Amino acid sequence: MAVDTTPATPAGQAPAQRPRTASRLRLLGSGDAVITGVLVLFLVVAALTVEGFASARNTGFLLLDVVVIVLIALPLTLVIVTGEIDLSVASTVGLSSAVMGQLWFSGLPLETVIPLCLLLGAMLGAVNGFFVTRLGLPSLAVTIGTLALYRGLAFVVLGDRAVADFPRSWTTWAISGIGGTGIPVVVVPLLFLVLLTGVVLHATPIGRSLYAMGNSEDAARFSGIDVGRTKFWLFVVTGVVSALGGIYWTLRYGSARADNAQGLELQVIAAILLGGVSIFGGRGGLLGVLAGALLLGSVRNALQLENVPADVLNIVTGGLLVVAVVAPQVAARVRSRTRARPAGPPSAPPARPAPDAHPSTDPAAQVPADQRGNR
Amino acid sequence: MTSFLSRRRLQGGVTGLAVAALVLTTAACGGTTRGEEETTSNGGGAAASADPDAEIPADLAVGFLPKQVNNPYFSVASAGAEAATGEFQGQYTETGPSEASASSQVSYINTLSQQGTDVILTSANDPNAICSALDQARSAGSSVVTFDSDTDPECRDVFINQATTEGIAQTQVDLIAEQTGGQGQVAILSATANATNQNTWIAAMEEYAAAEYPDLEFVATVYGDDEDEKSFQETQGLLQTYPDLAGIISPTTVGIAAAARYLSGSEFKGQVALTGLGTPNQMREYVQDGTVQSFALWNPEELGYLAAYAGAALAAGQITGAEGETFEAGELGQFTVEADGVVVLGDPTVFTAENIDDFDF
Repeated sequence: MAVDTTPATPAGQAPAQRPRTASRLRLLGSGDAVITGVLVLFLVVAALTVEGFASARNTGFLLLDVVVIVLIALPLTLVIVTGEIDLSVASTVGLSSAVMGQLWFSGLPLETVIPLCLLLGAMLGAVNGFFVTRLGLPSLAVTIGTLALYRGLAFVVLGDRAVADFPRSWTTWAISGIGGTGIPVVVVPLLFLVLLTGVVLHATPIGRSLYAMGNSEDAARFSGIDVGRTKFWLFVVTGVVSALGGIYWTLRYGSARADNAQGLELQVIAAILLGGVSIFGGRGGLLGVLAGALLLGSVRNALQLENVPADVLNIVTGGLLVVAVVAPQVAARVRSRTRARPAGPPSAPPARPAPDAHPSTDPAAQVPADQRGNR
Repeated sequence: MTSFLSRRRLQGGVTGLAVAALVLTTAACGGTTRGEEETTSNGGGAAASADPDAEIPADLAVGFLPKQVNNPYFSVASAGAEAATGEFQGQYTETGPSEASASSQVSYINTLSQQGTDVILTSANDPNAICSALDQARSAGSSVVTFDSDTDPECRDVFINQATTEGIAQTQVDLIAEQTGGQGQVAILSATANATNQNTWIAAMEEYAAAEYPDLEFVATVYGDDEDEKSFQETQGLLQTYPDLAGIISPTTVGIAAAARYLSGSEFKGQVALTGLGTPNQMREYVQDGTVQSFALWNPEELGYLAAYAGAALAAGQITGAEGETFEAGELGQFTVEADGVVVLGDPTVFTAENIDDFDF
């Protein structure tokens, strides 16, 4: 279930102080079992009922559509776990794409352009981080501002032009498959980044400190975590990864444009929330996020193959998201009523569901953490 | 909590980044630069020779992919394509993204290709972004016809041009000149900033006006993104910024309808001329109430109809997209493929209070 490494810990306590071998073993395996189950179920049903869904070629198309979403979801999950948000990721994609196009157009080699774009991403992330951690402004407000600002800058850089004469060898690589399987080659480096992020989030003191500050920033600070510094670098990493997404986006579509990836931030956040990460911070796992992104992508893909109109498609994915966010809350309320006592410990902040508020749909998760190390 | 941003750390960080960038830059000398690589033309289409007498196969699967769904213009074009598909007894599907963005079309092209569609009819949101997807679809056996807004000619078999750029640009400039007396400030309300065809027309309009109507001054181009509300607000903004505006040209159906709605409810009604490309059904009330004197458009139904027949001719092998080939397009008669695989529909029709009731689209 979407739990931190110590699911039965009252939300107010810093789980960082209680590393256990059992929780380490669970690692990625502790991700959101419900959403993963739904994904597997959906894939099986779609493979059996939707013509053309279960083919290598279609899997390739599906994966290409979710690659950038998964990529950006990695650092953004960490940001959201700490209780912050970064809405400027898609605009960072657009700006780095525009800058990439402009630099390439002016004759720089791609091997120079790409590091420069990553550097730009780091700077854009640092701007967000500076406003949030140094000036103490709410990240929602800051990144709504930079969402507009970075997109505006992208149009300043490239205007209404599109740069599209990138070398064929690069753009073909971006969509090529491994051997004849149809699985895109970019999935390999992406998997590496997924594993890296998973280990950092679920098996290191850094990861535990992220959950700690998401649960209670004050408690985290008193336990010796440098909250500001950690968050600052999280925003920087998010900027770099978004710029990487911009570079890949540009090569994948072979077109650098200022309006690239417009609205992508909502798809990324939707995948993260669908994956069971709490928007209030402190709760969620990376496996759930991965499953959430793949589920949204698969639903889209399967419904498109069934000729479902785009409007209905939006309704379905939107509805799915609402259910994913509302269901755990409803479940927690129902359970607290049947137990005739609050689900969370009294010390838990009321605005935030207790860590075990989620899993009434997942009976195993109600077993105390100490007894389910093998799960 | 903010000690990490101390001067020493910042300096260290900045120096590190600068060094890294420098190293990378110098290390990359002799890397991949622009214009170095020859693009190899490789559409998936077979370079077979044409057989003008080939029969259109039965049950041809025709997929229609507009820039976005719920756009009245494309709905009419779709009706034309569906009618044509019915005439040659094919299977017709309409699909498409809900927002007109370059990348959103790609997954729909992939879907059509995966469904084994024989003919893909599409209007491109970006001339290059959908290229690789179209190439893949063509190597999987689909014939690709673009209409309304073209891709890179390498990526499709045939492009149905609704009218020549010159014809469209000159018609609209002539209309605005007629309504403003050939002088004053003129603004353009376009679709998205990247729309291929709108940008070409705007450039041609400015060129033509500079030559023919030197007293017309083009003061601004604003973008309503083919969204009704945004186009409405941009019109409002134009009139606030340029109080002396004599006329607005909106070369997009969404834009002209939104602009007309704003003008008809404002003090500028009848004062500021409005023309452009609109559909008779959307513009009828504004022509009748005097907000708009005249506007133009080709018949999108015929455009879709012709595109479907061109796709069928490709699938049947009647044409391959080479210059000089001819094919029959049902009740529209015979068409000839011009250079670069372009087929031209014809000149735009001008709609006024006299003739608007003869059209229903």
